[in-house]
Amino acid sequence: MANDTQQVLTAHTGQPAVFEEARDPVTRRAFIKSVIATGAVASTGGLMLTGLSGCSDDATPAAGSVERLVTLNINGKSRPVDVLPNESLAMTLRYKLGLTGTKLACDRGECGACTVLIDDVTHNSCSTLTHSVRGREVTTVEGLEQPDGALHPVQQAMIDELGPQCGFCTPGQVMSGVALLKNNPSPTREEVREGMAGNLCRCGAYDHYLNSIMRAARVS
Amino acid sequence: MSTKDVMPQFALFQPTDIENALDLLEKYGERGWKVAGGQDSYDWFKDRAKRPEAVIDLGGIAELSGIRETAEGVEIGAMTTLTEIVENTIISGSYGVLAQAASRVASPQIRNAGTLGGNLNQDARCWYYRSGLDCYRAGGNTCYADTPEGMNREHCLFGASRCVAVTPSDTAAAIVALDAEMVIHGPAGERIVPAQEFFIGPAVNITRMTVVEPSELLVAVRIPSKWAGANFYFEKVADRNTWDFPLVNVASSMIVKDGIVEDIRIVCSGVECVPKRIEGAEQIAIGSAPDAETADLAGGTASRGATPLNYNHFKIPLMENLVKRAIRGEA
Repeated sequence: MANDTQQVLTAHTGQPAVFEEARDPVTRRAFIKSVIATGAVASTGGLMLTGLSGCSDDATPAAGSVERLVTLNINGKSRPVDVLPNESLAMTLRYKLGLTGTKLACDRGECGACTVLIDDVTHNSCSTLTHSVRGREVTTVEGLEQPDGALHPVQQAMIDELGPQCGFCTPGQVMSGVALLKNNPSPTREEVREGMAGNLCRCGAYDHYLNSIMRAARVS
Repeated sequence: MSTKDVMPQFALFQPTDIENALDLLEKYGERGWKVAGGQDSYDWFKDRAKRPEAVIDLGGIAELSGIRETAEGVEIGAMTTLTEIVENTIISGSYGVLAQAASRVASPQIRNAGTLGGNLNQDARCWYYRSGLDCYRAGGNTCYADTPEGMNREHCLFGASRCVAVTPSDTAAAIVALDAEMVIHGPAGERIVPAQEFFIGPAVNITRMTVVEPSELLVAVRIPSKWAGANFYFEKVADRNTWDFPLVNVASSMIVKDGIVEDIRIVCSGVECVPKRIEGAEQIAIGSAPDAETADLAGGTASRGATPLNYNHFKIPLMENLVKRAIRGEA
């Protein structure tokens, strides 16, 4: 863990050399995977410091402003991480902690793809400041499976009911489904419809998602 | 327009008490920005349409949250989330119009983070203004919406004064219909403002939607027990059931004795920069039975004085019909 912290600092103070790698003829997916494999935080320097006017690192922080080095509770683990004051939780999860199951789509709270649980309640992580979740429990889609690798009933039901079509919105749909069933273990179809209303699906697989949540409610 | 980068840099403060927050607000003034749930604020920052130097996150101030019964009614902390309001049994039991309005805001995720204070204080949704153009509201000298080519389907019917934006808040109509009082703290101490005077139009101050000064903080909303258990009606018409702001909404509170309307408040959002009390219709309804005949008579007057723009004539019959439904108490 101490090692992680060290790497963050290096990434922020160093030049974004890592970003050059991204321009190589390596697929984006392969690149991101390699970065995650070698320590998630290495990607941060490139992704977050390039082309972001007003985001440079050298300004002196205002007195009394937040400390940047924080420890977050993500999926039951303590994760020390260097967080900018203006950083969204989705950015921290994806680009600093390598938790790319959380998707970023609209980045404006208008689609639900980035839905995570904060203290068991759904939030759009694109519209949450990372500094506001200190001391709170964050659960992402990566945190749902059991220690033995068994999927969460909502995840399993998504497979059994062929819930997703392209799958991009699925992590967000799963998180909304999980939160809904925690609150209301045997919902009506209409209640599921309302509970899942904050997650857009461009494939239009809404009925399949509804079937999935109804199945998860029956089996869990 | 939507890009995936971080917000521009700002200093972030997370005070844990009101005093500390007020000190910061006084220190930074116009250069500071209050964040409640942040569901609107972060979009402004991401779009570079607002660039505060310091952001004051009110989320850590415990005394700003919660719903308390008092001798005079109920007091709702400004940082109480919309979901908490929807699920609260005092609100849904006695002041249902507010629970209904809160339940129709945006999406479940946004209601989980969004607060009553934030929803009431939110800025205008005019997209010309939102896109960072130098319109009157942004300090310039043009309105892009009120032009022959301007897209103004969502804009106002009443109270235009250079700016034609409307209040987008669902809860605003409800708290005006409940005669709520707004508790505001500032450098000079506490002041209490009636909900109806809390919202201000462009003729009063074109750069703000409420009376809250940059150095002040909305602390709580007090709802008097006068309307507890009254006959309530709330209906929102929007393009989609989730996310969208109201084209027009109506909130009403009605006290009926012996089949006769004794007192009533009818309020619409989406037609003026402030929640609009439909006082003409209220006066017609008082003293009559809340039936279809009264509804038609009163509702027909609801849009009196409207000055529609090119694309929003549809709001006239829409608000008239909503007012009729509010008086009839059914869709």
